[in-house]
Amino acid sequence: MTDKLLEVKGLRIHFLTEQGEIPAVDEVDLEIKKGEILGIVGESGCGKSVTSLSIMKLVPSPPGKIVEGAILFKGEDLISASEKRLRQIRGKEIAMIFQEPMTSLNPVYTIGNQIRETVKLHHRYSKKKANQHAIDMLKKVGIPRPEQIIHEYPHQLSGGMRQRVMIAMAMSCDPELLIADEPTTALDVTIQAQILDLMRELNQSQGTAIMLITHDLGVVAELCDRVIVMYAGKVVEQGGVRAILKNPQHPYTKGLIQSIPHWNNQRERLYSIPGNVPTPGEWGNGCRFAPRCELAMNKCLKQMPELTEVELAHHSRCWLSS
Amino acid sequence: MVQTFFQVENLKKYFPIRGGILGREMGVVRAVDDVTFSIKKGETLGLVGESGCGKSTTGRALLRLIEPTAGRISFEGKEITSLSQEEMRKMRRDMQMVFQDPFASLNPRHTVERILEEPLIVHGIGDRKERKKRVRELLDVVGLTAYHAKRYPHQFSGGQRQRIVIARALALNPKLIIADEPVSALDVSIQAQVLNLLQDLQKEFQLTYLFIAHDLSVVKHISDRVGVMYLGRLIELAEKKILYQYPRHPYTQALLSSVPFPDPDYKKERIILQGDVPSPANVPQGCAFHTRCSLVMERCKTQRPELKESGPGHFVACHLYDKI
Repeated sequence: MTDKLLEVKGLRIHFLTEQGEIPAVDEVDLEIKKGEILGIVGESGCGKSVTSLSIMKLVPSPPGKIVEGAILFKGEDLISASEKRLRQIRGKEIAMIFQEPMTSLNPVYTIGNQIRETVKLHHRYSKKKANQHAIDMLKKVGIPRPEQIIHEYPHQLSGGMRQRVMIAMAMSCDPELLIADEPTTALDVTIQAQILDLMRELNQSQGTAIMLITHDLGVVAELCDRVIVMYAGKVVEQGGVRAILKNPQHPYTKGLIQSIPHWNNQRERLYSIPGNVPTPGEWGNGCRFAPRCELAMNKCLKQMPELTEVELAHHSRCWLSS
Repeated sequence: MVQTFFQVENLKKYFPIRGGILGREMGVVRAVDDVTFSIKKGETLGLVGESGCGKSTTGRALLRLIEPTAGRISFEGKEITSLSQEEMRKMRRDMQMVFQDPFASLNPRHTVERILEEPLIVHGIGDRKERKKRVRELLDVVGLTAYHAKRYPHQFSGGQRQRIVIARALALNPKLIIADEPVSALDVSIQAQVLNLLQDLQKEFQLTYLFIAHDLSVVKHISDRVGVMYLGRLIELAEKKILYQYPRHPYTQALLSSVPFPDPDYKKERIILQGDVPSPANVPQGCAFHTRCSLVMERCKTQRPELKESGPGHFVACHLYDKI
């Protein structure tokens, strides 16, 4: 199929620690179509960020190590790609924005300087042309007085403005895929609404596909077309946003949705998943959610279920649905 | 009149900005600016707002962990703003605090037992044996076991640490607990466990909570009444059902409309605010929100609206609701 932009197959990432080699991502498959917004949801330590970093080979190695799998971007394998080729892709065809805009901008360079760097590298624009491009990009992401802002430093901007600058920088070479790792987590709700609006608009006007990593199911409902739910390094459920949020199949997804306080049906008590997320290294052979699952059977503790289709384009990794 | 359990009147906290080689005062940050509210016994008052709105400063100023610049705070009819440090310390037996970051608020070099025993030692309660017994009780109350007592904080997960922090706050049988973002550092599934625990404890020990958070859904879940802060000012205060259903202040309306719902079918009119929150060092004249308000009038720019009752138990600080 030609409309597949990114395909990840059987990805396995391990980390070398003092306790030995510990798996962080375990046989993850995913794909993103052109112009699609895919959400990856999960709690801390589930491997969602490591998965997203691995796509552009940004997992620090060592200690990280891609043990197995393929990452195909428009059919090209990125795992075996040379560093030179990766540099051509990074920023130009795939761009990334991170959670904390303060640490991802360089504090000693002006905003303009940092946006120009990307376009000068990839398009060989002249300084003047690159400058104009930077101003246009800042205008596009809704930054007031861009002509002055390009001469300012990151610390002179607020959190929301910095995240806009990050987005402007990421979008400056018109990438086909934007990977956004918790882009609004550090922002206040009113600013979050502005940024989500901006991302949706860019997706619609430029056709940029977005891979959105988040823990917030509200943000997912706002923005995503499809969702992947991860738990302890595995994909446990995937499907369309409506299917996942309205008709979740995996007990973990169900629990996650029920533990969010909801405005409209006020319950006295929240549902809560007992226990804690297992740390990598204490994963057993069976289903990794089994120790916390109310519906766990004997089989669940011994054998890992496969990801099976429960309805069209909706998969769940649970013995109950297979 | 019935005596109010906890009353805050015209609370102010200004931080000086010093600069220049002589360290002269260049201006002030009005972190908390004229905040008035009360909490009834056994209720949970939620305080929401975005970063820099002064909600945490308010929480700390109430326990005088930072000295308020002006204002009166009274607890069970007793004025606590004029107490000496020593008297205030005794007062804090009844008023405890739970902080956001369970990693930073536990001493990494002490065992859990030592951490929980410390408030008892400080306030001279019981002998060694009784204190040990109390520690076991406390662990039990928050859902941990005696087996955890000899461990160190780093051996616990975030949710378990927050339980330890809560146990420590409960050690002295307080009447009021000020919880500053107690669940925001936790994952969703763990967050629900801690919220349930807080509610159970409230029932069991007749606790009163001031619950400070930025997450509007969490605040709605746990509170009886909710106050909204913007740039150091309390701009709206009402019973939670009323506030969430019929918000009056334009800022509250925008704030509530910005919260994303985990329901793809839920469509709502979203009010996207323009621009950022102004710096608290340079609060706009008049109504602090007038620079971002779509319904701004001429008098909003010059005259600061007072927090007034505009419906039964519904307080709002906005000129739109002034009766002329």
